[in-house]
Amino acid sequence: MDEQDEAFLNESFKRYYFKHAGSIDVPPRAHEREFGYQKFGSGMVRHMSIRARKDLHLMLIRETPSDIYCSNSYYVFPEITPMDKKEWLGADMIFDIDAKDLKLPCRPDHTVRTCLECKNVSLDSETCKGCGSKACKKASLPCRRCMDAAGEQAIRLAGILSDDLGIGEDKIKTYFSGNEGFHMYAYDERFQSLAAKERMELAAYVMFKGAIPKAYGAEAKDSFPKYDDKGWRGRFVRYVAQKKSQYRSSKAIVGDQGAFQKKLDEASEAIGVRIDANVTTDVHRIFRMPESINSKSGLAKILCQDVSRFDPYTEAVLLDDDPVEVHADCPAGFVLKGTEFGPYASQKVTVPRYAAAYMICKGLAGMGPLPAHARPPASSA
Amino acid sequence: MLKLGSDEIAKYPFMQDAGAYLKETTGFTLEQFGSDPDLKYIQEIAVKRIGAAAAGDIFKSGLYDMDSKEQTTLNEVASFLVAVVLLRMAKASALFNRFALAEARRAERYLERDMKEYRKKIQTSSKKVEEMRPARIIEELFGMRIRRDGDDFVIPVPDYVRHSVHFYEREWKLINRHVVGGDVFLTAHGVVRLIRNDLVTYIREKITKGKYPDSLTGFEDAIGSVRGIAGRFEAKVEYTGKFPPCVDHAIRVLQRGDNLPHSGRFMLATFLLGIERKPEEIIPLFKNAPDYNERITTYQVNNLAGTGGGTRYTCPSCEKLKTQDLCFATPECNGIVNPLQFGRRK
Repeated sequence: MDEQDEAFLNESFKRYYFKHAGSIDVPPRAHEREFGYQKFGSGMVRHMSIRARKDLHLMLIRETPSDIYCSNSYYVFPEITPMDKKEWLGADMIFDIDAKDLKLPCRPDHTVRTCLECKNVSLDSETCKGCGSKACKKASLPCRRCMDAAGEQAIRLAGILSDDLGIGEDKIKTYFSGNEGFHMYAYDERFQSLAAKERMELAAYVMFKGAIPKAYGAEAKDSFPKYDDKGWRGRFVRYVAQKKSQYRSSKAIVGDQGAFQKKLDEASEAIGVRIDANVTTDVHRIFRMPESINSKSGLAKILCQDVSRFDPYTEAVLLDDDPVEVHADCPAGFVLKGTEFGPYASQKVTVPRYAAAYMICKGLAGMGPLPAHARPPASSA
Repeated sequence: MLKLGSDEIAKYPFMQDAGAYLKETTGFTLEQFGSDPDLKYIQEIAVKRIGAAAAGDIFKSGLYDMDSKEQTTLNEVASFLVAVVLLRMAKASALFNRFALAEARRAERYLERDMKEYRKKIQTSSKKVEEMRPARIIEELFGMRIRRDGDDFVIPVPDYVRHSVHFYEREWKLINRHVVGGDVFLTAHGVVRLIRNDLVTYIREKITKGKYPDSLTGFEDAIGSVRGIAGRFEAKVEYTGKFPPCVDHAIRVLQRGDNLPHSGRFMLATFLLGIERKPEEIIPLFKNAPDYNERITTYQVNNLAGTGGGTRYTCPSCEKLKTQDLCFATPECNGIVNPLQFGRRK
């Protein structure tokens, strides 16, 4: 990232942490967790221990991190390396839902590709429209439809955690990740000591992966689940029947193992929760801290009180709104705090600080002049 | 702490209370089973118990045949403990797992039957039914809480996955279980099957970690018999020392009589087939596996070899073995992507 851009983001994040540090709390059992952070233009600092809220605030104000992380794991010695010397005690369960994994048809409309050869910026396509190169980096500016769809996955997941796994609703917290999805935390002590392999079972469960016909009543009509059955048996049969009146006819697949398995696989795609299973199973990962700013977007990772009504592009926009002039080359439009921005075709624009930060974090704007290729054509006059 | 009745001690002689029963209730010492002529028959029962386990059978108990409850309890408990001591004194490591597996399966039968009886009693009796004893025993051993719900037995999801992850069969995956409100619904058979591996480990540790004398007078003949039984399973493995560490490890596990997971057996057999070993050379390697069955092993190894025109399976990649916890790479493995390349490339 350009030095001027780093300085701008650093200043924006600094203002945020200065104003909001008081509302950022350390997670429960902070003294047993590993912390880490990154600063603009430098590498990751890991294996830190932060014991109290005031230590965290001091660090946020002193360092102005571009990203700050905290482990879901608890350790006896969180600050010691290597990992196996930390003495793992347990970990909260975390599920990661990412809008990009939903592959909605609108995604190409708000995915921007920057050619690595000629730096041409355009909406998503196979090859560069300027030089034909395939080498590119991509940035997504997810639309509300994508985020709402990710939110629906989160609601579905919360239901399964609560109804099937018996995790109390008060122990489930859903956070907007600050970029393209949601992190769901389950703070339930009964699950904390589960190892990676065991967590894999839970991930497969919420994803409805690995179901076999025999377990879902494929062998006889009287073992076929009832329409109102709880758990996955009920969900599966409701998916097959679509409505109660078609329940009887949905039993037609009983006895045909191949057709039954096909239906189970279809159901996995359709009604299984789309999570990144690697996140759930990795018990040595550090996660972005709630209430901190995500340097991929300039938006904050915040708790969603009600996912169904949550608007990330209003509620998570917490940087200042003073006007800032930037050079933008952003072929996809976006909405923040109810205001539409862009598309911008290599132009100088004055936008609120949060919108400027959003585009700079995505690599679609800069404080300095745009590269020569990206400037608008000179007037013929 | 759970206090067992004498009938429970007889069914589950590996429990702590069984040792205390022998010491405190009967007053017998281990030495007496070698020196007292009236008690020497216990050694015979113990050897039969080991013999049955070695043959893959479950020791036929006299638990429900004998007239005297006291006598039954003594026979059951003492023969188990003497068998454990005999295995240790005979250093019959090839039988440790077989014995532990057979005893675990024996206990499973009682646990399952008692769970079903409890369910029947609670569903039909108008009187207050006492606690579910098999569940308390399982909880005491493995900290797993079990309760009854209608015809089913339910255990908490975390307890279930801790045990089920050791199973290879897909039916044990959580997704293939009825899960509601944090509980997994199982049959009595399902519950006891779930704890088998832990029970085997628990009983095996009674043999390997118990504090017993190295030798005792009056046990010589029985030790000789146990060594004779063990000798049938101590297959001499031709081992050149040139195998990759993963294969080396798998062979050592089998030599110890420990359980090698299905994926490890697959890797070992396909590796050896890959270096042109014949099925008949490979099959004896599995003789020490606790669940060895010659007919099944022969079928499986021949199947992997593609005998009769079927698919010939190849050895999994190092990457795959890593995900299965079967990789024990050493610097000599640098640059290879499949165990079959070991020693061929630098």
